[in-house]
Amino acid sequence: MPPSVKVVRRPDGEGTSYLRATLKGMALTFKHLVNPNKVTVRYPEERFELSPRWRGTHRMEVHADGRPKCVACGLCPTVCPANCIRLVGGEDDQGNRYPIVYEIDEFRCIFCGMCQEVCPVEAIHVGVHYENAEYTRDRFVYDLDRLMEQDHPSALLWDPSDPRSE
Amino acid sequence: MNEQSLTAFLIEKTLIVLAVFGGVMGVVALTTLVERRVAGFIQDRLGPNRVGPFGILQPMADGLKNFLKEETLPATSAKPYFLLGPILSLAPALVTFAVVPFAAPLPTPWGVVEMIVADVPIGILYILALSSLGVYGVVLGGWASNNKFSFLGALRASAQMVSYEVALGLSIVVVLMMAGNVTLTEMIWQQQQLGFWYAFPLSLAFILFVVSAFAETNRLPFDMPEAESELVGGFHTEYSGMKYAMYPMGEYAHMLTSSALMATLFFGGWDIPFWDGDNAFLHDGVWISGFAADGTPVAAQLAWWKTLLTFCVFAAKTYFFVLVYIWVRWTVPRFRYDQIMQLGWKVMLPTALVYILVVAATILTLDQLGVPYGFGFGLVLTVVSAICTAIFLFVVDRGRILSGSSYGSRERFRSEAIAAGREAVTVYRD
Repeated sequence: MPPSVKVVRRPDGEGTSYLRATLKGMALTFKHLVNPNKVTVRYPEERFELSPRWRGTHRMEVHADGRPKCVACGLCPTVCPANCIRLVGGEDDQGNRYPIVYEIDEFRCIFCGMCQEVCPVEAIHVGVHYENAEYTRDRFVYDLDRLMEQDHPSALLWDPSDPRSE
Repeated sequence: MNEQSLTAFLIEKTLIVLAVFGGVMGVVALTTLVERRVAGFIQDRLGPNRVGPFGILQPMADGLKNFLKEETLPATSAKPYFLLGPILSLAPALVTFAVVPFAAPLPTPWGVVEMIVADVPIGILYILALSSLGVYGVVLGGWASNNKFSFLGALRASAQMVSYEVALGLSIVVVLMMAGNVTLTEMIWQQQQLGFWYAFPLSLAFILFVVSAFAETNRLPFDMPEAESELVGGFHTEYSGMKYAMYPMGEYAHMLTSSALMATLFFGGWDIPFWDGDNAFLHDGVWISGFAADGTPVAAQLAWWKTLLTFCVFAAKTYFFVLVYIWVRWTVPRFRYDQIMQLGWKVMLPTALVYILVVAATILTLDQLGVPYGFGFGLVLTVVSAICTAIFLFVVDRGRILSGSSYGSRERFRSEAIAAGREAVTVYRD
């Protein structure tokens, strides 16, 4: 036997009151009309408060003398699932490794934050930041100088002992 | 007005026409903003508030944008009619305002100036004739677009407007019987004489008029012609730029005009409640404010501040109804097409006809009994109309106004639905 169609009777005819429902609706909309708590954020004047774990565009931590903290270990380009980090490492006279080229394509980035998690020297961070507008597309490939210039706060890593960041 | 020279007449009327036209267009522009802001507030947003203080310049920005936009002209459209549509939609709505008096007469050094563009003796008939013309703008625009969605919108518009025109006209008939005249100035005067605004002695007519006016202006819940969720944009799908903007402008002008009519026909127009000092009427060429006990007319005391005050009262009443229009639009969902036709032909039309009979019988009885046109007269009609209104609302709502949709019936509905579901499952298993 073929499956039958479930027939549900409409509640019209006796169960409904259109006038009352309409008046109730009018009362409800009026309540919202005079409700002073609007959800709109007047953007340039007001801003959302971002979570400290918000993952936005990257920044590179800097030593006191202005050198990047990055040691060009190559972990972040390896772990990056979007393959958006380009790193060419070099070595100076004392044998310290440093990045010659460090570029992040913010368009390819999926902001998973794994680069920050994997970094052994806490150099690369995703940031608590969202205003990234530019006039051209190539401005979205952040080079090392650009990453070092960023001054927004770094994102907090998830702490398993405090899962809700309280 | 008889003693006036032609030049004085022309100057006076030109000034009034310019003031009314400018005023109406200004308020229409403002209303587009008010609509969007009220919509925002109802949805817990703020609405457009960036252009100028409180967003007051938003309509200008919109207008500028519309002027700069490309005017598309579909290649397959019937061009003359396509161009005529928006004009025919906007013009009648604006012209209708000509017979609405918006304040008490203004005394000037050159004579008393009536605050109305044209106090034509056919008042209401003129309004009915012109507001019926409004449908041509929609129908022509929709048909000339040569687009199936536009065509469907135009079809719906014509069917809907024809249906509700009947109820609209019949609800006004009751007012005509009360006032004994068709000019709007006389209607305001009669309401002042009665001591009641007609919304009370003719409450059912007021309800019918409001519902029909919503349908006539194509506002939600009656915006079948537009129905953007089913018909893209309905009749104005193919329009762009300023030609498109003229349709919403026509809609808002129509809203304003019918709000002014609601205020004039049922809420005393520019009459200030509980005060006789503002009453004024041209009786045998003399401005009077009423009749003394022996029937001799009392001369009216006209003053510029009374004109100003009555204008403010008229504006407040009118704009109140505009706000109700907006409020309803953001509350009630759209009717289905068959529901609109059912409401128009099976509910509104018979109700209006029966109500005319009842009111006519009441007025005739009161006249035969020699009850003077005044407070007692209004009181009897108020009671009769209140009973009619109560019966009407009770029947329309199938007796649910008092009891509401009771918990018991809802429970029963739920258990039936569950039973039906179980049955379907059993059938499927077998």
